[in-house]
Amino acid sequence: MAILITPDTRILVQGITGDFGGRHAKLSLDYGTKVVAGVTPGKGGQVFEHGAHRVPIFNSVADAARATGATVSAIFVPPPFAADAILECSDAGLDLAVAITEGIPVKDMVRVKRAMAAARTRLLGPNCPGIVTPGTGEKSNGGCRIGIAPGYIHKKGRVGVVSRSGTLTYEAVYQLTVRGIGQSTCVGIGGDPVNGTSHLDVIRLFNDDPETVGIVMIGEIGGNAEVEAARWIKANCRKPVAGFIAGSTAPPGRRMGHAGAIVGGAEDTAAAKIAAFKECGIEVAVTPSDMADALIRAAKARGVALS
Amino acid sequence: MNIHEYQAKALFEKFGVPAPKGAAAKTPEDFINALAELPEGPTMVKSQIHAGGRGKGVFTDGYKGGVKFCKTKAEAREAATRMLGNTLVTAQTGPAGRKVQTVYFTVASDIKKEYYLAILLDRAASRPVIVASTEGGVEIEKVAHETPEKIFKVVIDPAYGIADFQVRDLVSGLGLAGAEAKNAARLIRALYGMYWDTDAAMVEVNPLITTGSGEVLALDAKVSFDDNALFRHPDIVALRDLNEEDPKEIEASKHALSYIALDGNIACLVNGAGLAMSTMDIIKYFGGSPANFLDVGGGASKGQVVAAFKIILGDPNVKGIFVNIFGGIMDCNVIANGIVDAVREVGLRLPLVVRLEGNNVEAGKATLASSGLTIVSGDSMADAAQKIVKLVA
Repeated sequence: MAILITPDTRILVQGITGDFGGRHAKLSLDYGTKVVAGVTPGKGGQVFEHGAHRVPIFNSVADAARATGATVSAIFVPPPFAADAILECSDAGLDLAVAITEGIPVKDMVRVKRAMAAARTRLLGPNCPGIVTPGTGEKSNGGCRIGIAPGYIHKKGRVGVVSRSGTLTYEAVYQLTVRGIGQSTCVGIGGDPVNGTSHLDVIRLFNDDPETVGIVMIGEIGGNAEVEAARWIKANCRKPVAGFIAGSTAPPGRRMGHAGAIVGGAEDTAAAKIAAFKECGIEVAVTPSDMADALIRAAKARGVALS
Repeated sequence: MNIHEYQAKALFEKFGVPAPKGAAAKTPEDFINALAELPEGPTMVKSQIHAGGRGKGVFTDGYKGGVKFCKTKAEAREAATRMLGNTLVTAQTGPAGRKVQTVYFTVASDIKKEYYLAILLDRAASRPVIVASTEGGVEIEKVAHETPEKIFKVVIDPAYGIADFQVRDLVSGLGLAGAEAKNAARLIRALYGMYWDTDAAMVEVNPLITTGSGEVLALDAKVSFDDNALFRHPDIVALRDLNEEDPKEIEASKHALSYIALDGNIACLVNGAGLAMSTMDIIKYFGGSPANFLDVGGGASKGQVVAAFKIILGDPNVKGIFVNIFGGIMDCNVIANGIVDAVREVGLRLPLVVRLEGNNVEAGKATLASSGLTIVSGDSMADAAQKIVKLVA
């Protein structure tokens, strides 16, 4: 099953003619993902070529969706234009908009989130690595890769991964894969203070997904999203969950690359979040090297087979 | 990006937020001109640094108080002479303190009562929130901890903006009536306008005061801006004071590196902010102390790695280096070559532990091993962290 996307999901790429968007569109095509359209205003009618692939480019998301049946967008549009690109997905009625763009002004995201409050489109990100549902081929090829994650580190399986950080997600996925544990879907929700999909949103989806039997949740200092998710897990989730919080050593009040990772008060420190995880029955990874092993411990305690 | 109080007050004036009349000076010669703009009488002298706790701060030469009340302008000039060029240490500056390069004079107001007012992002709501309290002029964290009922919040709908009833709620929550209520309402609206229009990250007025004559004034101002939005505010970018920033951080930003100096002795060079933060965590976990946060980004080039090494080695406290790269898309061998070149170029003599994982990792490890340099290889983050901690111990 997986969540949000399957290997059959048809995706379009906003900003496919840019350097960054083009590079990752090619990697997704190589992975076997159904990249069916590109969108760059003013370049409609052109074709994005990669090997044997010929991906038509459209002027608008609505045109691209209508012509190709794309239901999900990967957004690689530069920050000043990214809010507009997200709203365009919402207007076109897509299922999911995955905003990879880093550096979108907070005010733009505040307005976008308000505007999308009643929309059917789900937003993932921004400032996120994207989402991967691994495929059954060699090195998980044949899966759906939206964004910038390395596809080959994945393995098709039954563990869900949700994280704010890119490279830390890859670290967790890689640890699972080398231990022979595959993933159902790996979701990067992004490091910005205002994002579309929260830890809790993804945890709910994993909880409802019959294919997912265990969950790795990776968070950071700042905000209370991880604690909110932990409390919900305690009350509602029967699947084993492992958690890691980055930023125990971050000095108060300093920004650590992710705008969201700001130490603001007693509630959002790493120590407070780790304490909440423990209290809610989440197996805490003591170091980032311990993420997969923490899930193995949690699964063993509940008698769940992860692979 | 942070700005000084005197710069924030200039923005206040532009947006119609009332504040006591003031003038800034950067040289002793300027004192006369600045003070000439103010009426004779009680005057405040305020050191301009990007740190709080100035009033209770102490200068490195023993002079007490980075904010002074003076009965006359002559007294104010004397106080300013003591402050300018002097280094102020406050609870927020760390022991090194900050050199005062600008002094701000303001008319000393006749304070009837002090309040607290701030506007920032409410992350849980994904909307702006106005925070107000009847307890002003003190640390708001203390108020939040001891008497949380004295702090109240109003969340603003960004689609509509600040509503009249919300302003009324804030004003009545502060216990204001009559002319004071009217003036406070006007100030709150103007402050919100400034927060929204300038893409501010936070606007904090502590204290907000009422005066004997019914005025409501912003006595202090702490304003910071969303770095992501600076591209559309060149006027605000012009307010940036590089003297307030770590020179290594400025150098790093020129190479698109994200660097933050810390006080430990193990330097880190990592790709990705989350991995960089947890690299610091794992060093600490195994008993070491990180010297910095350094994120080279997702697609680090050789030039960036060299620049990163130079910045790291500019910190005299550094006794060892831990390079932690998860090469997802990027080729580990490219990174390995970058490391080897950088080590040769800077003539590294400190212990270096490298943990490479991901794309083309075997070639990367071979490059490091055949370089003839003393580079210790780590198999996992935990293994590498333990090795570097041991090497610098």
